Amino acid sequence: MTSLHKPRLQKPRLGTTALIYLALAGVLVVGGTAVALDGGNLFATATIVDMLTRTSLTGFLAIGMTLVILCRSLDLSVGYTAALSSLVAATTMDGQVANIPLAIAAVLLVSGLVGAANGAVTAYLGVNPFITTLGTGLIIKGYLDTQYKGPAGDVPAVFQQFGYTRLGPVPVSTVVMLAVAAAAIWFLRSSRTGHHMYAVGGDLDVARMSGIRTGRTLMTAHILCGMTAGAAGLLLAARFGTGSAEAYTNLYELDAIAAVVLGGTLLLGGKGGVAGTVAGVAILAVLDTVFNVLQIDPFAKDVLRGVVIITAVAIYARRQLDRHARRPRFAEGKAS
Amino acid sequence: MTRVRELLLRATNPTATVFVLLVFVFAAVFVKNPGFFEGPSLMAFLKQAAPLVILAAGQYFVIVSGNFDLSVGALVGAQVVIAARLIDGEESRTFPVMAVMVLFGIAVGLVNGLITTALKVQSFITTLGMLLVLYGAIRLWTGGAPTGSLSESFRVLGRMGIENVPVLGQIPWALVVMVAVGAGSVLLMRTRFGRVLMAAGDNDRAAALSGARVDTARTLAFVLSGVSATIAGVLIGGFAGVSAQVGDGLEFTVITAVVLGGVVLGGGRGSVLAAMAGALVIEALFTLFNQFALPATLRPAVQGAIIIAAVAYAARRRTRPVPTATATPPTATASPTPS
Amino acid sequence: MRTTRIAAAAAAALGIMLATACTTDAPTEEADEATTEEASGDEWFVQADYDAQLAQRDVEPEGDPATPWLQAIEPEWVDTAAFAQEGGNATVCFSNASVSNPWRVTGWITMQQQVAVLQESGQIGEFRHSDAGDDDDQQISDIQAFVDSGDCDALIISPSTTATLTPAVEAACESGVPVIIFDRGVNTDCAVTFIHPIGGYAFGADAAEFLVDNLEPGSKVLALRILPGVDVLENRWAAAQEIFADSELEILGNEFTGGDAAEIKNIVTQYLQRGDVDGIWMDAGDGAVAAIEAFEDAGAPYPVMTGEDELSFMRKWQETGMTALAPVYSNFQWRTPVIAATMILAGEQVPSEWVLPQDPITEAERDQYLEVNADMPSLHYAKFGGEDLPGFPEAWQDR
Repeated sequence: MTSLHKPRLQKPRLGTTALIYLALAGVLVVGGTAVALDGGNLFATATIVDMLTRTSLTGFLAIGMTLVILCRSLDLSVGYTAALSSLVAATTMDGQVANIPLAIAAVLLVSGLVGAANGAVTAYLGVNPFITTLGTGLIIKGYLDTQYKGPAGDVPAVFQQFGYTRLGPVPVSTVVMLAVAAAAIWFLRSSRTGHHMYAVGGDLDVARMSGIRTGRTLMTAHILCGMTAGAAGLLLAARFGTGSAEAYTNLYELDAIAAVVLGGTLLLGGKGGVAGTVAGVAILAVLDTVFNVLQIDPFAKDVLRGVVIITAVAIYARRQLDRHARRPRFAEGKAS
Repeated sequence: MTRVRELLLRATNPTATVFVLLVFVFAAVFVKNPGFFEGPSLMAFLKQAAPLVILAAGQYFVIVSGNFDLSVGALVGAQVVIAARLIDGEESRTFPVMAVMVLFGIAVGLVNGLITTALKVQSFITTLGMLLVLYGAIRLWTGGAPTGSLSESFRVLGRMGIENVPVLGQIPWALVVMVAVGAGSVLLMRTRFGRVLMAAGDNDRAAALSGARVDTARTLAFVLSGVSATIAGVLIGGFAGVSAQVGDGLEFTVITAVVLGGVVLGGGRGSVLAAMAGALVIEALFTLFNQFALPATLRPAVQGAIIIAAVAYAARRRTRPVPTATATPPTATASPTPS
Repeated sequence: MRTTRIAAAAAAALGIMLATACTTDAPTEEADEATTEEASGDEWFVQADYDAQLAQRDVEPEGDPATPWLQAIEPEWVDTAAFAQEGGNATVCFSNASVSNPWRVTGWITMQQQVAVLQESGQIGEFRHSDAGDDDDQQISDIQAFVDSGDCDALIISPSTTATLTPAVEAACESGVPVIIFDRGVNTDCAVTFIHPIGGYAFGADAAEFLVDNLEPGSKVLALRILPGVDVLENRWAAAQEIFADSELEILGNEFTGGDAAEIKNIVTQYLQRGDVDGIWMDAGDGAVAAIEAFEDAGAPYPVMTGEDELSFMRKWQETGMTALAPVYSNFQWRTPVIAATMILAGEQVPSEWVLPQDPITEAERDQYLEVNADMPSLHYAKFGGEDLPGFPEAWQDR
């Protein structure tokens, strides 16, 4: 049941990522046509800049989220971590250019610690990650609400460039996000811990028995997820010019999860990757831009988003089923 | 002190944690304000807790069968808005509209269930998508803010009760509904359907192999959740009337409640009674915060810490020694490295 | 091996981009100069703003009282000849924070009706809008998209948060398009005009003063608030605290409700269980009726109460005859920005800070407002100011 299937397993995997990029191309074509019929141009520089800008924030969050989801975990606290990070960044900088490195270090430390807390409670106390991260999110919310009555801190103009400067049509923040994505892809494909993440998500007990320190792997994923949320917070601070506690009200965590799943990573863990996630993020960004250009009612946007997410995942699931048609017994059992 | 600990340890069933927690929270409320346990104020507490308890029962069915339902908050909101818009203050429309609401709740549950089981979309995504669709569609329909108004008879269930009862004052209809839903749920879990549901969450392949209709049971669980959201919508709308924010964020509160009740996310374990007790704990906790005049901004933090601690405590007891002597062949999942 | 190739490709791509595309457009190079003074918003109560707003309540606004959306309090007129355009048919763009509450929904309808009138007259050609769903980052992107498109003759912005949108608004100003801000402000005065009613301090103070005047010393007041951390709402509460501190009223507590009726009723019921509540102060009227019902259901006498000019509250107020006030955060301000846009594009003068009147509705005026709005839905706002628009009343009825 195993060695025979290995080669077969790898081919369709490539196929899944390819499928997602195909979907992205499809969305671009359909969106472009719709915009063209409306008399616009989706591929005008201004619109492309808009699309790319929209990918950065969700991108950072979704990269980290991919790692935890691969481990069959989840992080519902990333929105709160990002909000907290934006405040840590802005208040540490306090308008001083010299404080920027310190602020970045402080953000990565704080967000990493939040991730570590999530990882430790989940891995060593056996709390379901849904509850762990919902709980840490609430704790951070309580802290932010008590501590800050509104935006605080001051980001120097130099650091605001991170949120506003572009290289040609590509915003710097997008370049940084893609670099982080490339690093994550490398990490998952070539590092030992990366491989362990797939194993832990695939089957925790099996992974443990084959000598993987599952707790440590899960911790790593959560710490990295926290830190990407920290990076998202830095981006928010750069864009806002200040830190904002209110950023947590935007449910960024659900956006990130949607992007990860759109990118073909299984919520049950063990399958998927960051390359797909980037495409998932891009699909959401293209949709947002198209809706915006077409002046679609904001509430209709929610409906369309919901439908697109369900449909995409249903299509992926269909393919998954075809591939696993090698389990006739269970298929039969399910059909009965 | 040690005796208390012994007693606690004796309760080996992890679902017992929630009842211990309930006693603790109520004890704390009692210390601060003994008047809370006088009839009328206790009844008022149960009246406001009823919708969450009913939602917890519905969510329990879904969770125990191995799924999530994130769409209940949006569904509660949608139901209240639908009721207000369709009734529009006309008493005569109350019952037809309630029938429409029940059908709508069933339909939403059915769609959630079928997408999850037949199309094999993970329930987290199905119901997250449903949340977005309901949230957007209902506002699209009403132009952003609820319109119309509820009739007096619609509001009876959520707002009124059996009057002039000795000692208690008023027994709210909401409490009656809550007890009925609770009893119904407990009985339902004792039927074959209940066992199939539990088995589906525990090990769906084994359940399917033994001839159980796993997918049908799971779909029905979503339908039950949709119905419970409808009942909760009737009670909440009746209790407080229409507002644009009705139902916001309820899904997370109710899932927390169910998990506090010792029900395991992923399915297969936990009792419906404990899930409903979990909802009572959450409501009691809010009351406690209020009694102690805890600064409003700090409450989420305390709430977060308590739920993590409670679930960690329950998890420790559950996962004590798990002898995994029978090793499944490890080859099966030899980390499928991405190409 | 695959990975190294990818890494190499990525590095190469990055290098090429860095080498070829040195055209970094930096829209915020002067950002910090304008913001230095307003920086770090930990100080949430600004005495000078508070005093100014309280004083503005007693100033007679310039302009015709029949069209309050065109009135202005102590205006400083600025010249807009630089933005004058020939021939009308202008493209006006509007970046909206959201339509996530009934107040914004009502205002948004009013604005669209006003736009229809101006389109009819040929002053506005295309009207584009985007909705950020209360997400600051999204709104920054929306504003950038409008600026980058280069199609907008005027840009109207209703910011979702004061401080966070400042850099984006400054970038928009630098692009040369006339920028009009309304409702919440930003920490820069680069916009041609900033339109708003008197403000949050005045709202909170109106409500608090009413309670102080109408309650016996020693009475107990409960404050119900929507959310923490929202600047305009924090201002309302800050003003109320200031006034309550000088009074002999006892503040039982301040609670966050999210504007959810069920939550409001729960909280008020719990306070009533513990003792008397004589007065209710609200920072916004959403769900006010639920608070009143809590008193009814508990068999307690009606409190002295302040809500908002939302019709559900005003109707309940009329029905019960309780002692109440409806402070107003003038909803008719949604008409002003589009009118201001056409004025600017015609080269007419506008006030640099366009302060609209903001008068609470008292018991004496209540019935008259309810009569005018008799057919409006319950979550409509009495001072929406659209009675003379051609779409009235259908546009506000069938939402």
